[in-house]
Amino acid sequence: MPPRLDATLVPTRGLPTRGLSAHGLPTRRGALKLAGLAAFAAVLAPRMALATEAQVADEMKKLFAGKTMGAGKIKLDMPEIAENGLVVPINIDVDSPMTEADFVKSVHVFADGNPLPQVVTYHFTPESGKASASTRMRLAQTQNVIAVAEMSSGQLYSAKVQVKVTIGGCGG
Amino acid sequence: MALKSQPRVRVPAQAKAGEIIEIKTLISHEMESGQRKDAAGKTVPRDIINNFQAAFNGKPFFTAEWFTSISANPYQSFFFKAKESGEFTFTWKDDGGAEQKATAKLTVA
Amino acid sequence: MISRRDFLSAGTALAGLLAASGTGLAQAVGAQALSQADLLKFGNAGTFTILHITDIHAQLVPLYFREPSTNLGVGDARGVPPHLTDAAFLKYFGLKAGTRDAYSLTSEDFTQLARTYGRMGGVDRIATLVKAIRAERGADKVLLLDGGDGLQGSWSSLKTQGEDMVKVFSALGTDAMVGHWEFTYGADRVTEIKEKAPFAFLAQNVRSAEWQEPVFEAAKTFEKGGAKVAVIGQAFPRTPISNPRWMIPDWEFGIREEDMQKQVDAARAGGADAVVVLSHNGFDVDRKMASRVNGIDVILTAHTHDAMPRVVEVGKTLLVATGSHGKFVSRLDLDVKDRKVTGYRFQLIPVFSDVIAPDPEMTKLVTDIRAPYAKDLSRELGRADSLLYRRGNFNGTFDDMICDAIMKERDAEIALSPGFRWGGTLLPGDPITFDAVANATAITYPACYRNTMTGRQLKEVLEDVADNIFNPDPYFQGGGDMVRVGGVGYAIDVSKGPGQRISDLTFLKTGKPLEADKAYTVAGWASVAQNVEGPPVWELVERYVTDTKSVKIAPNASVKVTGA
Repeated sequence: MPPRLDATLVPTRGLPTRGLSAHGLPTRRGALKLAGLAAFAAVLAPRMALATEAQVADEMKKLFAGKTMGAGKIKLDMPEIAENGLVVPINIDVDSPMTEADFVKSVHVFADGNPLPQVVTYHFTPESGKASASTRMRLAQTQNVIAVAEMSSGQLYSAKVQVKVTIGGCGG
Repeated sequence: MALKSQPRVRVPAQAKAGEIIEIKTLISHEMESGQRKDAAGKTVPRDIINNFQAAFNGKPFFTAEWFTSISANPYQSFFFKAKESGEFTFTWKDDGGAEQKATAKLTVA
Repeated sequence: MISRRDFLSAGTALAGLLAASGTGLAQAVGAQALSQADLLKFGNAGTFTILHITDIHAQLVPLYFREPSTNLGVGDARGVPPHLTDAAFLKYFGLKAGTRDAYSLTSEDFTQLARTYGRMGGVDRIATLVKAIRAERGADKVLLLDGGDGLQGSWSSLKTQGEDMVKVFSALGTDAMVGHWEFTYGADRVTEIKEKAPFAFLAQNVRSAEWQEPVFEAAKTFEKGGAKVAVIGQAFPRTPISNPRWMIPDWEFGIREEDMQKQVDAARAGGADAVVVLSHNGFDVDRKMASRVNGIDVILTAHTHDAMPRVVEVGKTLLVATGSHGKFVSRLDLDVKDRKVTGYRFQLIPVFSDVIAPDPEMTKLVTDIRAPYAKDLSRELGRADSLLYRRGNFNGTFDDMICDAIMKERDAEIALSPGFRWGGTLLPGDPITFDAVANATAITYPACYRNTMTGRQLKEVLEDVADNIFNPDPYFQGGGDMVRVGGVGYAIDVSKGPGQRISDLTFLKTGKPLEADKAYTVAGWASVAQNVEGPPVWELVERYVTDTKSVKIAPNASVKVTGA
């Protein structure tokens, strides 16, 4: 077993990642932050390959090949501005009666500015009662998060939000 | 193999029949993304919990497939429609195949 | 329904007074002519009265505070109140230049008008107003609410971690408050205030990071004048971004508009006759929120320090803007009938310190609070040889002085000073006391770092901060004015998008363009990072002023603004 699994419970927000990017890669932003300039250190593009809108589109094409995407039904709730790029709350809520005849089968979440386009995939059942879930995700930079709900009928619905990642400071 | 870290779960102990209850779970894990380099410049290999499942009386009703964008110490909340008394089983699985389980009882009045 | 007549009758005490007398001779009303009784004249009282104070920034004694001459609105907020200054502001509100109103609400002829009309604010004057209104209306009809940023901003508040102002708010009989700078005392201290203070500390928009559960009481219902008044608190949503998150690591903020709607609905379902949001969102965020959340009767705005003599109506929601530093007390009387707000009257009461008699009990409390620090506070470091003020989107002369101090004392080529909106104004000839320096610098993370940055990094910093101020969607704004830059000039087009606003960075020492890859020595303060090393900024400013003796700041022409 990898020793990491022995990790004692640490606060959810609190890994020792100060000065590291949302994906644990040291960035110039991280270096600035460690140097104490964080109040005015800009969000500098991390030196890693990041997913693009095209990659997200490719991934969605693979999953949903050619099906039309409806609007509405699915609500993606995230803060407009991330307070901590390492831990950004994300809440998904799909409007559905969640009966055997009509329920939400799955929800796929993508991000176009992280190293990988996929974030999470949920599988619901009528026993869920409500097609709603919350988790917390990393955001390497300001980007779009896209969620696609797949209904038991095969119908798809999507929602997209932009979340801003800023270093902040100056508020007053 | 078992994941050693203790998960924490918040489930109402009681519910009315037909009530939709919220379940919140939390487990400690670094969710190593495979993008990070250590002090020596070597890439730290990816190691994440990639699957979480919730079952009631043995029947799975909610699954989450997590990717590397999920934050360390993953939190997951979701819902369940209570019908009868029974027991929840929550299962976390990591890249190495290690597993951790937690259970919680529900009484339906 | 709110009648046109009600709307017209709303105004500053002075405007109201003049309208009543029909003379319109604002100029004629000098210091002698205005009395405390005039300031308290109100006309028909409503079912109950809300008194709103906000952003006092722990200013216990009267001070000068110059309103901004540059306060740009973007997107839907472009060119509309509160984004009007000076002549445009006066014109919009039907006020005249050179009057007390012009002095209290705008920046033109500030020095001259300040010498005529004197200092404003002072909690002992505020106490007099509050007591008089309670006496007139009956305490059971008056609700006193503080909009936050009351507990921070002076030496005594820093030294007592806001306890000085907790005492003042307790003595005033404050019913509830919300927070922003309060959180820079750390989670433990805020929790202590919440538990011990005799008033409610409300915030619907703060959750525990771990389980996403409410940290504070979201709302409180008060019975006033027979009406049930629900007050919902909204903390500054960007606190963990604008200020050090490490001081409140277990709390998450955010606007949480849907949760606000749930709170409003719950208040209505619980029988509230009126729903009041005590907000620290900032005016533009509140204006947007009012257009999207149904059922709010009143939003008492704060954070952006706007003072407006009339209420702004967004649909059926009234937005009140009370200013800052204790310069104003807002009085809003609501008529409630059949469980609905049916009318209102509003007055932005200017707290002219030479017109209002100080309340002796409060004066004593202030003296007692300041006594342990009296020697420090009165220490005269030098003199202002020109007007020293802070407010404005891009510069303030007080900040120019701080930047000069930082560059000199930290031997840096470039200085960065945060775009805080608080801190008093000094007139030419005024002594620069330690009290005055602390009023612009007293924060819990004052370390002045020294480091290097490339020209490219500096541009990225400016772009990032600019988007926090000039993003056309207020929900994406972070609050504050633009970071003040010493040693570098730049051009900004506020109409452009993220990363596109800043250009023509110039290294002022040589007059040459800032080089993208060259490293410059940069010093600054108020970093939101943990464990920042450096002396507290007030020490540098004290040394600089003491050495300089007479501080004269030339008009700052180093920022060229377009797209406004």
